[in-house]
Amino acid sequence: MRAVLTPACQEELFAAWQTHPDAIPMAGGSDLLVKLRSADSSDLRPLLLLSRIGELNGIIQDDSHICIGAATTFSRIIAHPAIREHAPILADAAAHVGGPAIRNMATIGGNICTASPAGDALPPLYLLEAEVELLSPSGARRLPISDFILGPGKTALKPGELLSSVIIPTGRHFAVSRFEKVGRRKSLAISVASLSSLINLSPDGIITEARLAWGSVGPTVVRLNSLETDLQGQKTCQRNMRRIVETVRDGVAPIDDIRATAAYRRSVSANLLVRLLESLHV
Amino acid sequence: MVKATETEITFKINKKEVTVNVPPDRRVLDLLREELGLTGTKEGCGTGECGACTILVDGESRLSCLMVAAQLEGSSVETVEGLEHTAEGQVIQQAFVEHGAVQCGFCTPGMEMTALGMLRKDDHPSRDAIREGISGNLCRCTGYVKIVDAVEHAAQEIRCCREDQ
Repeated sequence: MRAVLTPACQEELFAAWQTHPDAIPMAGGSDLLVKLRSADSSDLRPLLLLSRIGELNGIIQDDSHICIGAATTFSRIIAHPAIREHAPILADAAAHVGGPAIRNMATIGGNICTASPAGDALPPLYLLEAEVELLSPSGARRLPISDFILGPGKTALKPGELLSSVIIPTGRHFAVSRFEKVGRRKSLAISVASLSSLINLSPDGIITEARLAWGSVGPTVVRLNSLETDLQGQKTCQRNMRRIVETVRDGVAPIDDIRATAAYRRSVSANLLVRLLESLHV
Repeated sequence: MVKATETEITFKINKKEVTVNVPPDRRVLDLLREELGLTGTKEGCGTGECGACTILVDGESRLSCLMVAAQLEGSSVETVEGLEHTAEGQVIQQAFVEHGAVQCGFCTPGMEMTALGMLRKDDHPSRDAIREGISGNLCRCTGYVKIVDAVEHAAQEIRCCREDQ
């Protein structure tokens, strides 16, 4: 039997965690409980439930940021007007996580701390230049999401530190905001590859800014800065599409796994961008 | 290591308040089936990929295989056994029967609970919205068409009932 600690506020949470430093924080549990079930049965570390803690739940907005509590579910994120207005790409990606019941349970903080290469919320957060707030009894610190995720299942969290919220700067508007995911099936699918894109265009169809992030095709989210720069000032109707395809194929770093081969993921990564650019061409 | 003991958990099950003494990490699915004898809720995959164990917690669909008992404290749980006691539930059950949406029946409890959660929020869903709504529930028999038909028909019936009132 495993103990379950149910703190009602952050103060109680850190008090409980100090008494039981081996406790595992659990937000939605949709990933954690599957892992624990297949893990060594002698692992009986207590669970530290985050869902009752008001400070970790909900979305607040000020003039320049949206702050999402780590234990906020994807369903809440999808439905929230501020997210839909200022970070529609995150709402879009959130709508592709699991299925409806999973989205009622799974949280953004869980998706980030799981640090899966296939975490669908991650690429949009990179593009939106989100930061995470890390709390511990000794204080808070902030890190850009790209510095927080270190590798598959690896984050910059220190022992006793909790990811409390995700902070997204607002104020930038993008004409094109897309999240596209390729999986083995449509719902409840773990991404084989995904492409998130935020693009601005001039009235005559010239790309003025392109932010691109691929998910599930490398140990962490893949961004190709040189390609983003190259695309600037170009038309969406590309004469050099072949070179772009090569850049993407060489730029991503996928592996073979049960869902797809690395070669397939390279092709899909490039094709997602080609399709995107072609769809923008008028 | 904290010593784990059985914990008293009080919640509502199909509108009746119950208090159970269980290990706090007991899967909600096992609590329902074994402690409460509510075997309508099924275990398919046990890993959140099939939706067979779908229940409603405070009106929202959840997977009972991925919840621990301690999460239920103070909540209101609805399972397939509660369907016949609600007007919408009866409509959904009848629609599933009439449209041949039940074949082997293993996905049915999860499907019907998902349908109930969906139709309470939106009693006029498009067929696409219904397909999206049940997209987390696998059915290996029907090919889904009859299930979508049933939910569509149930929605229509529920709308009629509401208009009559």
